[in-house]
Amino acid sequence: MSRKAVVGGATIFAALALWYVATSVTQMISPGRFPSPADTWAAFGQITGVGYANGVLIDHVLRSVTLVTLGFLVAICTGVPLGLWMGWSRKAEALINPVFLIIRPIPPLAWIPLAILWLGLGDMAKILVIWFAAFVPSVINAYAGVRNLDKTLIEAAQMLGTPFLTFVREILLPGASPMIFTGLRLSLQASWTTLVAAELVGAMTGLGRVLNAAQQDLYPGMILVGMIVVTLCGWLMTAALGVAERRALSWNTASQAGE
Amino acid sequence: MRDMRIFDTNNTVVLGLIGFGGFLAVWTLLSLSGLIPSLFLPSPAAVVERFVYLLNHRFAGGTLVDHLGASMLRFAGGFGLAVLVGIPLGLLMGWFRLLDDIVTPLFDAVRFIAPIAWVPFAALWFGTGIGGPIMIIFAGAFPPCLINAYRGAKFADPRLIEAARMLGTPDRRMITEILLPSAVPSIIAGLRISAGLGWQSLVGAELIVASTGIGYMMVQGQGNVSTTTVMAGMIGIGIIGLVIDVVLRRVEEAILRRRGLSA
Repeated sequence: MSRKAVVGGATIFAALALWYVATSVTQMISPGRFPSPADTWAAFGQITGVGYANGVLIDHVLRSVTLVTLGFLVAICTGVPLGLWMGWSRKAEALINPVFLIIRPIPPLAWIPLAILWLGLGDMAKILVIWFAAFVPSVINAYAGVRNLDKTLIEAAQMLGTPFLTFVREILLPGASPMIFTGLRLSLQASWTTLVAAELVGAMTGLGRVLNAAQQDLYPGMILVGMIVVTLCGWLMTAALGVAERRALSWNTASQAGE
Repeated sequence: MRDMRIFDTNNTVVLGLIGFGGFLAVWTLLSLSGLIPSLFLPSPAAVVERFVYLLNHRFAGGTLVDHLGASMLRFAGGFGLAVLVGIPLGLLMGWFRLLDDIVTPLFDAVRFIAPIAWVPFAALWFGTGIGGPIMIIFAGAFPPCLINAYRGAKFADPRLIEAARMLGTPDRRMITEILLPSAVPSIIAGLRISAGLGWQSLVGAELIVASTGIGYMMVQGQGNVSTTTVMAGMIGIGIIGLVIDVVLRRVEEAILRRRGLSA
């Protein structure tokens, strides 16, 4: 084992031991401020067993993950084509960019009050706000991906009279896909953060609702459980996107090598 | 080549004006025609009017200027703290391997937590006035400060380090005179990311826990079904975010230019 792994493992172990000692043995940190391991485990048992904030854990997770997936899909299905178009056509870029420059500085979370005002506290408002949040990075990166394409390749394809659809499939998409995936990763992270925030502001179920209820009930154990689950879900979704990216990009290199 | 043929011009400015004008026209038409009730989609003119009105009339306990001021104060607190802790810690981790090995696993475990998920603990520990939001801004702004200072320190020329070590340079001077200068470009790039994330986290924090600030004003506007107030708030947030980025970009250019001359 490397020195790094030994020190790292020892540190994590020491941190966990310190957590136990400070909360459970010496009570240096009062249980009202930060939960002990036992409190956290009890909160976890409560939310998986009898449920908390209108549902058991799996309900909250499914609700949040479903909403993020829906909003994210809507955003990339609209954002990526728009970015590709703006990258490809100078006129589209000139036409759309000014509007985009105005919308871009507004942080995703700032759309939440407007979405609530328009659509209330239901699912549609969440999807709308995720769409706004995830749209900008997917447009920008798809656009940058097209702009970074090899000019010679484009000109060669045009000279040979490549049909437009073939051009999109064989050159535009494969060439831009590394950047597109960078954009998707940023979009997904923005989606998840925005959804949790929107649920914290107001929701019936969902992980943000769990955090909000735990905050109001002054229930540190449940706050910690909520934070851990939010983090794990975000991490798992990013990892899933990474797997999709590797598959998509390996297919591209394979198809290019085969030609 | 495959563009629309309607506009027989390549002039970017003209096309930009057409795009922007079209956007405002559609917005105004939707609002004034009553297709979407103007209560929910006020015209651009109404939003601008409200923005100007709020500049010197109180809403939710203060004018727009008061709210933006409160927000910027919190931002300065959280961002300043992130810079003061993150950059020195990053540089130290770049020099002392043991510190690196100890802090990295802890940092990796914590940094995947979305800043917004800290809201309940921030409110519990530091209240909803100024401390809680500052902690959330810190959670957003800290990671890029630390990561970029660390990476920057690793960019330091190994020959320079070897030479300095041979001459018996003490650790403290090693960090301030060798690691820090070579980390500056990376640190500044980190500051811009950090400021963006911090500002965004601030807005989230104020929507949820604060009792003053631009986010709070927007929540109150939402509660009173005052769409113009919410949109005026979004404009204010966008402008300040843009100003922060422009200022940091200027600082970046100035520092890089000076280094370019001195090198």
